[in-house]
Amino acid sequence: MSQTLNKNSTEAILEVRNLSFYYGKFQGLTNISLDIAKSQVTAFIGPSGCGKSTLLRTFNRMYDLYPGQRAEGSIHFHGNNLLDKKQDVNLVRAKIGMVFQKPTPFPMTIYENIAFGVRLYERISRSEMDDRVEWALKKAALWGEVKDKLQQNGLSLSGGQQQRLCIARTIAVKPEIVLLDEPTSALDPISTAKIEELINELKSEYSIAIVTHNMQQAARISDFTAFMYLGELIEFGNTATLFMNPTVKQTEDYITGRFG
Amino acid sequence: MTLYQRRLLAHRIGLTLSMAAMALGLAALLWILWTLFSRGFAAFSWDFFTKDTPAAGTEGGGLRNAIVGSGMIIGVTTLLSTPIGILAGIYLAEFGDRSKLAAVTRFVTDIMLSAPSIVVGLFVYALAVATMGGFSGWAGTLALSLIAIPVIVRTTENMLRLVPSSLREAAFAIGAPRWQVSLKVTLRAVKAGVVTGVLLAIARVTGETAPLLFTALNNQFFSTDMSHPIGTLPVVIYQFAMSPYDNWVNLAWGGALLIALVVLAVNILARIIFRKKTN
Repeated sequence: MSQTLNKNSTEAILEVRNLSFYYGKFQGLTNISLDIAKSQVTAFIGPSGCGKSTLLRTFNRMYDLYPGQRAEGSIHFHGNNLLDKKQDVNLVRAKIGMVFQKPTPFPMTIYENIAFGVRLYERISRSEMDDRVEWALKKAALWGEVKDKLQQNGLSLSGGQQQRLCIARTIAVKPEIVLLDEPTSALDPISTAKIEELINELKSEYSIAIVTHNMQQAARISDFTAFMYLGELIEFGNTATLFMNPTVKQTEDYITGRFG
Repeated sequence: MTLYQRRLLAHRIGLTLSMAAMALGLAALLWILWTLFSRGFAAFSWDFFTKDTPAAGTEGGGLRNAIVGSGMIIGVTTLLSTPIGILAGIYLAEFGDRSKLAAVTRFVTDIMLSAPSIVVGLFVYALAVATMGGFSGWAGTLALSLIAIPVIVRTTENMLRLVPSSLREAAFAIGAPRWQVSLKVTLRAVKAGVVTGVLLAIARVTGETAPLLFTALNNQFFSTDMSHPIGTLPVVIYQFAMSPYDNWVNLAWGGALLIALVVLAVNILARIIFRKKTN
């Protein structure tokens, strides 16, 4: 199934074509083709085990860490195929950041959590680094809460704050795409609302792909939605259209709560 | 007798037996400690720490040369084996996860962990002492390092394996190369456990005698020259305790207590560090 965006309205930043994915012998994704739109939010929904996280993890080659997992097909980013063996994965990951389900602050100070990633690719002075840390924390709507305790351990923050720290850390490296893998499923409703608000603000500068279990969340924050089931892309399109007038029966059943 | 009464009886017999076993073990331990403390403290004096080992049959003297010698050998052993052990542990846990080389290294490390220390001493004797100009503090350091390194390698590896893969993935996800992920993120996450491992390795080698007999040998005079034979506490205790001279025997008790106290202190320190960091 090949579903691409209308090129007139939006520009694609990632072009996924005929992507199949294997965990050893088990096939996790079958022949996925879609575009991730630039400066928009694309949501991936579907029941557990449908392959939405697997798909997200091919965008930054996360699966490379595990021998036995492999992807076929192509994912083009600025004309380069990310799945190419010769592609430098560290450079890919610096350009395509990722935030995970559980907040994972590094075991270091709040300041260092952000500076660590920046230092990997840029040589900047102490004062520039201070500015960058402040900038990233402000972007992640965390600055006000932590500006007086930058030297405290990142693990001392609350769950929601930790997750925003992880977002700040990802943004600080100045990626073009931010991948969010169920970023609010471990958070309380207030923290969740803050992060959704944040996603809305970030999309002007970053292209965002988010995996979520929560259909209301997908409907609230995304411009495009992809519904996946059993490793296949069932339906992909405008969020409003997909939720109001799904064209495939399975999509309708899922969003109306008849299964999943 | 009802079923409940039988169960109660079985419970009481089991409890009694295990208490008896515990009492037996504890009694032996307390007896050893009591003897060590009562005889060892009697030997402690200003001279014990400031004078060198006396000649056979003479009065007075202390263990200054052996204390300094032990301190130097253990110090250098720590400096040498800590980086090697930690880096090898990182290799096993983070880099060569499934490689053949890692499997072999892990196997050899396990053998080294359970190898009798006298074998290690003999090995270093054949390798370094017999071929390179005789007994020396360096040879002693080499022997003790061979005992300490496997301990540090295994603790480091085991600790790193406890790091959740989500933390590792998060570090990779911002584009960090593997060595940065290992040294700056995962190793830092288990710092306390690794330091504990190093301290336990130090405690382990502090009391080792056999590997030093063939390597550092002994020296009844004060010396800080690591390229020559050097006196150490365990070897001096070994020599003095079996002698017929009361003064030597007393000094040996003092030395034994000193080692026990150092090992105790290191163990307590390891526990404090581990508890503070894991809470």
